[in-house]
Amino acid sequence: MTSILTNLFDGVAYGMLLFVLACGLAVTLGLMNFVNLAHGAFAMAGGYVCMVLVNRMGWPFFAALPLAFVSSAAIGIVLERTLYRHLYTRSHLDQVLFTIGLTFMSVAAVDYIQGSSRVFINLPAALQGQFDLFGVGIGRYRLMIIVICGLLTIGLQMVLAKTRFGSRLRAAVDDPRAASGLGINVPQVFAFTFAFGCGLAGLGGALSAEILGLDPYFPLKFMIYFLIVVTVGGSSSITGPFLASLLLGIGDVAGKYYVPKMGPFVIYTMMIVILIWRPNGLFGRTAAR
Amino acid sequence: MSAASDVGYHAQRQARWHYGEVAFWLVVLACGFVFPSRYLIMTDILRLALFAMSLDLILGYAGIVSLGHAAFFGVGAYAAGLLALHGIVNEPVLALVVAGLAAMVLGFATSFLVIRGVDLTRLMVTLGIALLLEALAERFSNITGGTDGLQGIEMQPILGAIPFDMFGKAGFFYSLTVLFLLFLFARRVVHSPFGLSLRAIKNNPLRAAAIGIPVNRRLIAIYTLAAFYAGIAGALFTQTTAIASLDVFAFERSADLMLVLVIGGTGYLYGGLIGAVIFRMLQELFSTITPQYWQFWIGLVLVVIVLVGRQRLHRWVLYVPNLVIKQVAGRKAVVAVPESDA
Repeated sequence: MTSILTNLFDGVAYGMLLFVLACGLAVTLGLMNFVNLAHGAFAMAGGYVCMVLVNRMGWPFFAALPLAFVSSAAIGIVLERTLYRHLYTRSHLDQVLFTIGLTFMSVAAVDYIQGSSRVFINLPAALQGQFDLFGVGIGRYRLMIIVICGLLTIGLQMVLAKTRFGSRLRAAVDDPRAASGLGINVPQVFAFTFAFGCGLAGLGGALSAEILGLDPYFPLKFMIYFLIVVTVGGSSSITGPFLASLLLGIGDVAGKYYVPKMGPFVIYTMMIVILIWRPNGLFGRTAAR
Repeated sequence: MSAASDVGYHAQRQARWHYGEVAFWLVVLACGFVFPSRYLIMTDILRLALFAMSLDLILGYAGIVSLGHAAFFGVGAYAAGLLALHGIVNEPVLALVVAGLAAMVLGFATSFLVIRGVDLTRLMVTLGIALLLEALAERFSNITGGTDGLQGIEMQPILGAIPFDMFGKAGFFYSLTVLFLLFLFARRVVHSPFGLSLRAIKNNPLRAAAIGIPVNRRLIAIYTLAAFYAGIAGALFTQTTAIASLDVFAFERSADLMLVLVIGGTGYLYGGLIGAVIFRMLQELFSTITPQYWQFWIGLVLVVIVLVGRQRLHRWVLYVPNLVIKQVAGRKAVVAVPESDA
């Protein structure tokens, strides 16, 4: 019984992490209809920035996390302004090719700069180990992830639903032409959202080094997971991707624990079945034009 | 002249063999005699060309974007390897066909998943299928040899008469024959009414359905055929290198394949062949400059191609061939005009 709860806990932490990693993609792919396969590269950038700051420069872990966010967001906004924005109107094939190219470049570049082996971030002692709560093993690090990601999720939902920027974004997504007719600077809204999504990915990358492992192949290895979250979750709100991440996280952890021989089948099969059953995602509206 | 016969006239004119095409195949054949020390890399290019042609059938003619075409390549490769390893079908040509059929069955089964949904769903489903197969191959390592791959494959002589030699000469001409025969068939298919209906579907599925084309059935048919081609390419890989490993399913293989096709251009069959040559040369060039990081430059090429624009690029690529053809044929007709697939 307790092992089920521990697994559930790990699964939730994993799912939350996936959500933070992928919710930027939910915006670009789901809302802006841009197939960004290079999303993992931004996460990797954040992870490596955090690693360098903590391990090499001796920054405290919690000070390095915001910087991981900022650096990924900065890379994101530069790339959006210089490259991505030319591709919004292109075909999906062009977008796929372009972002695969970017992914390959990021993989080789990080390999060149940091080497190809897996890196670890030195965690403060307070985050290591686990404690028992009513007999359920709770990892401190995972608990922290759940807290951070949970707060982020609530914050995102509030921003989208309550603020002026949130309503601008929703308007821009619903109908870019009408929105710009009303005086909303649509490219600016998209650029800002894109950068914010990249920043979240960077933060997720920094947090995930401990759980998912960080190496130059991160963008390729986890690309499918991000895509699953978005396609399964749909894009009408952030609740869809959030629930999809939790489902995927719990499913993956449980799958690896109870049927280890099946390996990653569980989630791939799950994804294909869901996509066949609901081609537009479990929750919400179509991601198509 | 009525509209119908007008369309028929143009279609037939398009379908006729041009001098340029004959010259192209003569050059390919000549390469086999001119560069006797390069059989291995040339065989590699032929395999890649066949694989790219397979993707061209679905991408260039039917407009199906696939990120997991390596799935069929891998099934073909493992099927050929297992057939040879366990001595089930010893004769390579027969084994090739059997391996192709195995991939074809998979293609038929998965085509029902692929025809559903939009581009994005297709990308996901094709990618998922390839990853699923890779995981399967890793899981059943007692059959597939796991990460070590299938080892100790010994190929029997082709048609019981021509043995594979260590310089790869037999392998080269064997691959070339297979490529040429399959090319002839593909050429026939795409210029047939069936092929024309595929183009109609690609341009506008709704309109195609409205004029009475059974859209889904046509897509299933071409997807199955493309899977057969990819399976043959995979089987050729195993037969000419005597190895089949997990990386036949890798995502990078599907991604590289897209690059090949993008370099050469889609929708005129030669794109895959020309792209394969350029891609391999680029790869050789990059890996001599930076052995470990050639992927960076491949990525850069992809990015630049997309930013420059594929159609503009193809005009440049085809500039010289078309110039030659104009000189030789002495008329305005241009042999190779890649289609846009925006």
